[in-house]
Amino acid sequence: MSQTETETHAPATTPAPKSHVLKPERSQLGFMRPDHSKSVIMDWLTTVDHKKIGIMYGAIALFFLLVGGLEALIIRTQLAFPENDLISAQRYNQLFTMHGTTMIFLAIMPLNAAFFNFLVPLQIGARDVAFPRINSFSLWAFVAGALVINFGWVLQALQVMGLFEASGPTAGMTDLAPAMGWFGYAPLTGTNFTGAGTDFWIMGLQILGIASLSAAMNFVVTIVNMRAPGMKMMRMPVFTWMTLVVSLLIVFAFPAITIALGQLMFDRCFGTNFFVVAGGGQPILWQHLFWIFGHPEVYILVLPAMGIISEILPVFSKKPLFGYSIVVFSGAVIGFLGFAVWSHHMFTTGLGKVATAAFSLLTMAIAVPTGVKIFNWVGTLWGGRVRFSAPMIFSLGFVWMFMMGGFSGIMHSSAPADAQQQDSYFVIAHFHYVAIGGIFLAVVAGIYFWLPKMIGKMWKGKLSTWVAIFSTVGLNVTFFPMHFLGLLGMPRRTHTYLEGFGWETYNLVCTIGAYILAFGILLLVVDIIRCFRSGEPAGNDPWDARTLEWVTSSPPQVYNFAKTPIIPARDALWEDKYGPENRKITHEDDHGHGIHMPSQSWMPFIASIGFIPVGLGMSLMQAGVPYMGYLAIFGLLLIGFGIALWAIEGPGGYHLHPEADAA
Amino acid sequence: MSDTEHQEDSHGSLVINNKKLLMWLFLGSDCMFFGTLISTHLIYRKLYPESYDPLLVFDLELTSFSTFILLMSSFLMALAVSAMHKGELKSFRRNTIGVIFFGLIFLACQVYEFAHFTNEGLTLSTNTFGSTFYMMTGTHGVHVAIGIFWLLCLYFYSYTGKMDAHESAVDVEVAGLYWHFVDIVWIIIFTAVYLIEYIPGLH
Repeated sequence: MSQTETETHAPATTPAPKSHVLKPERSQLGFMRPDHSKSVIMDWLTTVDHKKIGIMYGAIALFFLLVGGLEALIIRTQLAFPENDLISAQRYNQLFTMHGTTMIFLAIMPLNAAFFNFLVPLQIGARDVAFPRINSFSLWAFVAGALVINFGWVLQALQVMGLFEASGPTAGMTDLAPAMGWFGYAPLTGTNFTGAGTDFWIMGLQILGIASLSAAMNFVVTIVNMRAPGMKMMRMPVFTWMTLVVSLLIVFAFPAITIALGQLMFDRCFGTNFFVVAGGGQPILWQHLFWIFGHPEVYILVLPAMGIISEILPVFSKKPLFGYSIVVFSGAVIGFLGFAVWSHHMFTTGLGKVATAAFSLLTMAIAVPTGVKIFNWVGTLWGGRVRFSAPMIFSLGFVWMFMMGGFSGIMHSSAPADAQQQDSYFVIAHFHYVAIGGIFLAVVAGIYFWLPKMIGKMWKGKLSTWVAIFSTVGLNVTFFPMHFLGLLGMPRRTHTYLEGFGWETYNLVCTIGAYILAFGILLLVVDIIRCFRSGEPAGNDPWDARTLEWVTSSPPQVYNFAKTPIIPARDALWEDKYGPENRKITHEDDHGHGIHMPSQSWMPFIASIGFIPVGLGMSLMQAGVPYMGYLAIFGLLLIGFGIALWAIEGPGGYHLHPEADAA
Repeated sequence: MSDTEHQEDSHGSLVINNKKLLMWLFLGSDCMFFGTLISTHLIYRKLYPESYDPLLVFDLELTSFSTFILLMSSFLMALAVSAMHKGELKSFRRNTIGVIFFGLIFLACQVYEFAHFTNEGLTLSTNTFGSTFYMMTGTHGVHVAIGIFWLLCLYFYSYTGKMDAHESAVDVEVAGLYWHFVDIVWIIIFTAVYLIEYIPGLH
């Protein structure tokens, strides 16, 4: 993890790259650039290396996955028995709100971002992303947003410890954690219903939106412009393709939520009437704006998972992906149609017959490309020499469990059926099969597949099988009974229920399942730690894989490829290993000037840290705490200051001269 | 923000410069931002029979004037970009300061308009018209202000001697893309928010 100097993971026989003899240079501002630093903390804070940024995204996301999981466990424990009083109704509301927000924005999206960052430049044969400093900015803005969203929990913890009290200047600070559900329907978000928690949520999500947007634009440019010679679009690995589709979805979907959140912020802070009924506003507008973002968001979460699966299945079947171009186009079609189905979240709001029928049909249509992908995955397995290694076990679990979520999804697409299932546990069952059975299993498969590449160490033992058993059994025991609970009429988001509706047994089973799943995740964490501590060296290509990232050493050198590879075919490494002579990877001359590396920089970090005072200042100002408006202005100035210096310092850069070919 | 050098390391199928592509993506995203704001305005415009009549405050002459000024600033921006491509620093400076000046006139008109409307009793919280109008035009005004700041930075940077046709033309062109976009958005806002109120059938 802490190889801060490039020479630590250079092959022993090659002379160390000259990086350690390089002295940091002065930027155009006259400051020393933080390159080649001996301090580990300084190195990671200022890094612009896509691999380190990816690892940080992954570590932070795993932390929030555990936080969100803990929130879910408290929810399930509360619901284990009828009329349980483990937590209050208000605390329950806070927990399900933060569980949804955390899992979607702070766990799954950054886990996907971790894979994007680490893999995409390697898969397309690039030295780094197109804008390394914007990449660093995206990471730290994400961290700032995560801190602002979770600030309510910190305050509540301080309150319990007696260190914080809502009195005097802070008298307005009630209701410290958001409690209106992760999609924050108006008018629940109005000032007359919810307090400071909603403001933390609004500001935090806006900051996360900026982080996602800047990262997404960066990745589109990277994939379009930074491909190695010969890496044509239709030769790119499917994961890279899905990254491109997802990035475009983010670019076009996030503005809707950003504006909606802005309108909500104006409603709360400056007295506008966007969602205030008394002032002529319409709460339904929030639902439209939210889901215009929210449905593409579903595909933003799941398409990278599909990309991961499309990478893993061919490797462990020893066959090329069946129908590569159809898989790619299906992914693009899913992304495109994702913008046209938002109102299926709103069938019960009275859209009118025509609109309901249209959205119903479009929703059914989107099942077609998804089904095509499933058939292609099965086609990939068919007749292959299947190896049941850990990534493969999770991938097969994904195909089946994701299909289960898809089946109940198709049931929702019918508006009359949806009217029965809306806001019941049936919906919970549906999207958790997609989220855990689909996305989570795929991400775990990705971790098992690529962690050896990331840290250079191979998994030890067979703990992965137990992770697979516990998490798959756990998720089915938790969520399958919820289908029945929903059809028996149990509404979601109620903190308790009475005896005698026939819900008791199902709820108890769900809770037991949640603990089984939690145990599976605990085993996963143990396995990851074991891999870090005592894994054997992985070698470049431990799985006999097919794509370009496995050409590099494990972990890859800071410069990725010593010489730019020239790609002759799809599945470049596979063709290089087993293909005919004319499909071997060749290399460009380096023309003797070495590899140009970007300089590290403090400026993206400084600019993104400014989001914390902006977020907290705006929230606390709304709660009536004095002088907080100035804090927000200070934050804005800090952001502007960081960006201005960022522009003036110039990109800098230095040259490395790797002596031996890492490939 | 200015990582052009790294492109020289990529030998991929370079069709469009990295910075320009990034700006086009940002503008695509910004279209959705303004699309959301403008559609919110159009949805709320005549939602109820007693909805606010903006003709009570609108002053078409002033707004037409500021629209014209912004359009002309786009013309000067195009001249500035062309001058930078030829490496003519003096012409670049002259045109850029013109863009900045016209942009400031536009902002001054907007400030005057906001103050005038507020005096007439239309504030952010009076009704939904006030909310949508101020937030939409305000967001546009912030875009103009950022553009002015950006051009000012380029203007002063041109005195450091580090600007030349080869290195900096793309930087100026990207700023130009942004400025033209902000201008086009204003044309749409001017049509969909101001002019629409003067069409008899829609009133």
